[in-house]
Amino acid sequence: MSALAAAIVDGHVVAKRNLIKIKRVPEVLVFVLMSPIMFVLLFAYVFGGAITPPDGVNYREFLIGGIFAQTVVFGATFTGAGLAEDMSKGIIDRFRSLPMSRSAVLVGRTASDVVYNVLSIAIMSLTGLVVGWRIRGSLLDAAGAYLLLLLFAYAFSWVMAYVGLLVPSVEVINNASFMVIMPLTFVSNAFVPLEFFPSFLQGFVEWNPVSSVTQAVRELFGNAGPATSEVWAMQNPVLYTLLWIGLILVIFAPLSIRRYMRASMR
Amino acid sequence: MTEVIVATGLVKRYGDVTALDGLDLAVPEGSVLGLLGPNGAGKTTAVRILTTLLRPDAGTVEVAGVDVLAHPHRARERIGLSGQYAAVDEHLTGYENLEMIGRLYRLGYKRSRVRARELLERFDLAEAGNRPTKTYSGGMRRRLDLAGALVAEPDVLFLDEPTTGLDPSSRTTMWTVIRDLLRQGTTLLLTTQYMEEADQLADDIIVIDHGQAIAHGTADQLKSQVGGERIEVVVADPADLLAAERVVAEVAVGEVHVDEGTNAIAVPVGGGPRDLMVALRGLDVAGVELLDVALRRPTLDDVFLSLTGHVAQPGRERLAGGPGGEAATTVAGGPSGQEVAS
Ligand SMILES: Nc1ncnc2c1ncn2[C@@H]1O[C@H](COP(=O)(O)OP(=O)(O)O)[C@@H](O)[C@H]1O
Ligand SMILES: [Mg+2]
Repeated sequence: MSALAAAIVDGHVVAKRNLIKIKRVPEVLVFVLMSPIMFVLLFAYVFGGAITPPDGVNYREFLIGGIFAQTVVFGATFTGAGLAEDMSKGIIDRFRSLPMSRSAVLVGRTASDVVYNVLSIAIMSLTGLVVGWRIRGSLLDAAGAYLLLLLFAYAFSWVMAYVGLLVPSVEVINNASFMVIMPLTFVSNAFVPLEFFPSFLQGFVEWNPVSSVTQAVRELFGNAGPATSEVWAMQNPVLYTLLWIGLILVIFAPLSIRRYMRASMR
Repeated sequence: MTEVIVATGLVKRYGDVTALDGLDLAVPEGSVLGLLGPNGAGKTTAVRILTTLLRPDAGTVEVAGVDVLAHPHRARERIGLSGQYAAVDEHLTGYENLEMIGRLYRLGYKRSRVRARELLERFDLAEAGNRPTKTYSGGMRRRLDLAGALVAEPDVLFLDEPTTGLDPSSRTTMWTVIRDLLRQGTTLLLTTQYMEEADQLADDIIVIDHGQAIAHGTADQLKSQVGGERIEVVVADPADLLAAERVVAEVAVGEVHVDEGTNAIAVPVGGGPRDLMVALRGLDVAGVELLDVALRRPTLDDVFLSLTGHVAQPGRERLAGGPGGEAATTVAGGPSGQEVAS
């Protein structure tokens, strides 16, 4: 069996095990799924009045695209925490003593978290509908938006998988991932339009992949027109996001697998 | 006989600590090697190296004809491991744990399920099989972990302290389970802190301390190495003590010890059963009635004491770092501890 086939076959077994755990301890999921709802309410009703997007777009409409992006980026923490926990439990020694694929634990973890991401995006959509967000483009474009979100979520899972393997314990993962996630999501166009940033930050905002995912889903859901920014990333947000997804996977998948093998040799 | 497990010159260092310091071992096909040593001796480190979980700083390892360091993946196909801490998923049921392991061994969907049921049955877990393992007792978890090691019916098995932390009845159950396995010709390397366990299960014993083998042999060889065989008799009538002492003194190779409180006499001997028969015949002729008689050989505890100058301390946790922790373990240790406490 090729290494890739083995990783998929064994990864599937590990993913199934992860899903059983979600089923047995659903409390974990409840809290993680609640946070996007909180964000929508917080931003829509607390900050919403202070921020006016360009072209007279309604802020809530503008906001939801950003919160979609923020949700999948934050959701990747779930992957990091799951992996950090795995590494601290005895079961990892069982996995390592088996003639299974060396990357199956990671492949399985990132795969089972797709299910989690589907759930959180669904909850997000419902919350959005409640506060007045609507899909205004074609259904095909909307499907494209959801697919792009899931792909980005999947790729970002690998980033957090790596972080999860770096931290010494599960307790550290939230703080560690905040260091990555906070600047990425807040210094982007997710919550605040580009024009509101001081000029020295605008370059970062325009090229930040979180901005491009946000811009892409806003356009695909028909919540916003083309970006006002002239930079290539903002003018081609879907393509730019896809490039990032590829780049993240190419870098972080091998990096995480190497790290997993080393960390598990302790 | 072919050797199924061979390791030479194993060295493993953790910073300043040398966990293994040039350990050699060889286990012939179908036999049991016991690695016997106190906490921190290097047993787990050795097992982890032999089972591909850890790379040594120096040395060679061959298991079932596979060079473990060069081809860990191939070695994993041949071995079963039950580590010191049960490697089971606490959220999965016993059945799900075993089925998952079967799938990961690529036994296929059907075979994995059948095998999981078989093993649960065999290890007396069938009833608990559908409960998450976090509800299991320590003994059940250990048995499930051992079952996990057996899913693919390996020829070579490694058990790291299989009964540490178990109550006496679970320990006896575990021994029975292990003996059953051995009857099927499995080659086994077992580590233990319990002298009795090595004596019960192992054909061959390596005593290790500070990462080095300090003695090697069968349980009997190790015992005779320390010498000190003795006959112990208890007479029925205290009035016979003097006569009995005179009789047994004839086979004694050292000082005869008489305990008037318990009517017991202990005689160091050199000839084992032969001396025992001579003594018994003499006692019979002298008309001494006995309540009890025994030929005692030193236990492996005595062996360890004579080899290392200190007694092995099963169950003692090495991380009890502070003075408080040390005191607590000493107190738990028995009478001498109470002296410390008072
Ligand atoms: N990961 C580790 N880091 C540092 N020291 C370790 C590590 N693992 C084991 N040791 C040390 O190596 C020695 C042998 O440990 P171990 O093999 O676990 O002994 P045993 O299993 O016989 O109790 C001990 O002194 C222990 O503290
Ligand atoms: Mg140990």
